Amino acid sequence: MAAPAPLLEVTHLLMRFGGLTAVSDLDFVARTGEITAVIGPNGAGKTTVFNCITGFYRPTSGALALMHADGHRYALERLPGHQIARRAKVARTFQNIRLFAGMTVLENLMVAQHNALMPSVVNGLLAVFGLGGHRAAERVALDKARGWLDTIGLLDRADDPAGALPYGAQRRLEIARAMCIDPVLLCLDEPAAGLNPRESEELSELLTRIRAGGCSILLIEHDMGVVMRISDHIVVLDHGKKISDGTPAEVRADPRVIAAYLGEGDEDEEPAPHDASAAA
Amino acid sequence: MAYALQQLINGVTLGMIYGLIAVGYTMVYGIIGMINFAHGDVFMVGAFLTLIGLVLLAGFGITSVPIALALAFIAAAALSAIYGWTIERVAYRPLRGSFRLAPLISAIGMSIVLQNFVQVSQGARDYNIEPLIPGSITVMTQGGFAVELSWMQVLITVVTLALLAVFTWLVTRTPLGRAMRACEQDLKMASLLGIDTDRTISLTFVIGAVLATAAGMLFLLYYGSINFYIGFTAGVKAFTAAVLGGIGSLPGAVLGGLAIGLIESLWSGYASVPYKNVAAFSVLAIVLIFMPSGLLGRADIEKV
Amino acid sequence: MSGRPAGPAAALRDAALSALVALGLFAGLIGLHLVPTDNGLRLVGRPWALAIVVLAVFVGRLLLLTWQRVRPSGAPATRRLAEAVTHAGRYVAPVFLLAAVALPLYGGRYMLDTGILVLTYVMLGWGLTIVVGLAGLLDLGYVAFYAVGAYSYALLATNFHLGFWTLLPVSGILAALWGVMLGFPVLRLRGDYLAIVTLAFGEIIRVVLINWTSLTGGSNGITDIPRPTLFGLKFNGSGDPDTFATFFHLPYSVTQRFVFLYYVILALALLTNWVSLRLRRLPLGRAWEALREDEVACRALGINVTITKLTAFGMGAMFGGFAGAFFATRQGFISPESFNFMESALVLSIVVLGGLGSQLGVALAAVVMIGGSELFRDFDEYRMLIFGLALVVMMVLRPRGLVAGRTPSIALGARREIAAELVAQGRG
Repeated sequence: MAAPAPLLEVTHLLMRFGGLTAVSDLDFVARTGEITAVIGPNGAGKTTVFNCITGFYRPTSGALALMHADGHRYALERLPGHQIARRAKVARTFQNIRLFAGMTVLENLMVAQHNALMPSVVNGLLAVFGLGGHRAAERVALDKARGWLDTIGLLDRADDPAGALPYGAQRRLEIARAMCIDPVLLCLDEPAAGLNPRESEELSELLTRIRAGGCSILLIEHDMGVVMRISDHIVVLDHGKKISDGTPAEVRADPRVIAAYLGEGDEDEEPAPHDASAAA
Repeated sequence: MAYALQQLINGVTLGMIYGLIAVGYTMVYGIIGMINFAHGDVFMVGAFLTLIGLVLLAGFGITSVPIALALAFIAAAALSAIYGWTIERVAYRPLRGSFRLAPLISAIGMSIVLQNFVQVSQGARDYNIEPLIPGSITVMTQGGFAVELSWMQVLITVVTLALLAVFTWLVTRTPLGRAMRACEQDLKMASLLGIDTDRTISLTFVIGAVLATAAGMLFLLYYGSINFYIGFTAGVKAFTAAVLGGIGSLPGAVLGGLAIGLIESLWSGYASVPYKNVAAFSVLAIVLIFMPSGLLGRADIEKV
Repeated sequence: MSGRPAGPAAALRDAALSALVALGLFAGLIGLHLVPTDNGLRLVGRPWALAIVVLAVFVGRLLLLTWQRVRPSGAPATRRLAEAVTHAGRYVAPVFLLAAVALPLYGGRYMLDTGILVLTYVMLGWGLTIVVGLAGLLDLGYVAFYAVGAYSYALLATNFHLGFWTLLPVSGILAALWGVMLGFPVLRLRGDYLAIVTLAFGEIIRVVLINWTSLTGGSNGITDIPRPTLFGLKFNGSGDPDTFATFFHLPYSVTQRFVFLYYVILALALLTNWVSLRLRRLPLGRAWEALREDEVACRALGINVTITKLTAFGMGAMFGGFAGAFFATRQGFISPESFNFMESALVLSIVVLGGLGSQLGVALAAVVMIGGSELFRDFDEYRMLIFGLALVVMMVLRPRGLVAGRTPSIALGARREIAAELVAQGRG
């Protein structure tokens, strides 16, 4: 079985906040067309990794390379924050949902297509006078938004303010909004948090559909049911270091993972030296 | 060299006054996160009340300057404390937890009210007094230029440092100070833990008003002239000082005040007097652009 | 003093306490009056004035408490009024517009003059709404761009003899450039830092205008600024063939110029309104609103936050510049005094009172505040005092402004108003 082409290559990622090392010497690969899950106990540095990938933090050192199918390679650690979504096509959601609460569901999805609708400021200003081909672009954007609303089952609530939606719907909307930038990699920060079992089930389905549509997914999740069911590949972090990496079955069987989750074994703060070598 | 030293002395004196006002801004900002725009005008009201007290005492035949100053200050501080309390109670408390801009507009309204109230009740002219504390010591002489340290400047420095010492003790060593710091960290949590947040906030305004009154008294004595409009410029500069020092940080407010005072006096001494405010504001903009949280402010790491 | 209605005894006690506080507040400043004499300052007592004010506070507080106790329960009157205005917006706006267009027909000189003043503030308010209301950027130095527009027009017109209509866009563009230039370094700052830096810029511009005497005439300002023309026709009584009156064979009247100026500012204000309403429904305007709602999410969606903020800042500045050019040509004279912080505060108050982003609300607020303060022209001394009190009272009663709520910019079905509580006010 030939492994799919690598999409995101994280090498020697190091992130320090003052004296605190949140992530140290992390290496992993997320492959095209796969769902890669990053799991680990609280405070393991998962969200920090996400923030480095999506440009909210600048890593202290290390490289984050994203390869598009056309062979273009983006060095995410050097790209300005918004360009990661715009050029490298990496989208993300947030642990504490960040919707535009005072705007409607539809507006949220339209804002996400900003760069497609408005290639430049000049174009945006020309649109005031009805120039710049805005009308046609908006029609396309509306169709895409409608399509996603249909997918997440919120078509009938398109004109409601996003802040008034129930929690589970907000989670789904945030994912749809991220998908509206046409990402090659979708980073989801605990998408199942706070969902009931049925909603988790729906979420798993939605994510598999997104994968089938050609978008790879990087997932931080605590809900092991979701992780084990849909992930192709799991990376386990503990105290900022990778302790395991493999298929769900491999990871589940890894004694170090069990130790990290159950707090057993030797000192967590001083991981054994072989941890780093296991990463390769 | 001698000239520079003289400007330095003048700058520090001025900076002390700004620092005293800045503490009031930074305290309020730290606790309820609003710019108390009317604070500069409380400073102005404090200066007026001190002046009225001094004239009143002179009328009663109290001629001893230290006694008159002490009595006038106590009376003025007590009365402007009522101003601080009332402003919070009337204009800000009903808006607490409301939208961000409402308290700001309310504060601007309060500032307009105070300015025009004093203008209407006392008049728009400048009020001048004779220097109460004349005399100075010559620190050094160089090339015919004598560096003077006036007793007034000594008084300003001593009073400011003494007040700041008391204030620091209040914030770090008393239950009130602990309550204030708790409210600054997390207002809701503090209230859940049984701290009377309303009372703490009120007292914050009262303390701010007392410090502003001290600054007003020192301003009156130093310049010998006040009018209803002094609060705006001094207030904006003191707020600038608070931001420069890192808003929310008490030592930062004093440091920022000193910085603004020094910039102003050095700029007046070496470049041009009319542009001294431009210099102070430009430094603020530059510092904020390169150190967005001010000199001593907490770095504001964005949580996402 | 709790929110609960108090019994008569408690109300009396409360009112007495308030009176005591008032005594403390006013004993010094009302009870005693500083009077300069030949040998220093003297104090004159004003016990009666003090007594009247303290009594007024007592009675006022008592009445307020009594009213709170007996008033019908349910939504407070102010909210009901605001809701009514919000719902009636669709009908109010055209009526309003019609009244504005027809004003020269029924209003006299004074009405026209007030109308011009009000419309200038409506335009400034609509311009600032782009920055504060849509993009959520707190700008306390908006007057700087008003000043740039006014001085651009005045200087270019007096030195190069260019006409109003040529210079109007130039002034706007210059103001926009200043906006972008000033905005570029400071727009990374958040919230109140941005507020204080914009305030500082406003002051800097004023100080420069006062002190750069060779260019700006310093505090004396610039005089003899050319008046606008209608397709080259002047408004004066010289009887020359290129005057409006002669050309149309009308008897000359000074009102003609006022009517003309009135329609110029009305057109400019409506242009501002049209552009901002249009932008709101376009990607750029939607991005501004998204920025106000959540800057972090915008960045994650690939929106260039800095550029987007700059466009809002520049756009607001441009309309400020237009208004400034109009101000200069209307007055024929400008000086730095017209561009102090109070102007910024006034425009910002109009925007916030109007309801942050509501075009109709801003217009209403400008009419209420500017028109209202005109009503107190005879009490000139007390005008600003009353104005300040009104600001506080209005904010306490309606912290979200007159017309709160937000209309969606796009909808699949019918557009439904979004409750004000959900709409953010921005942090920047």
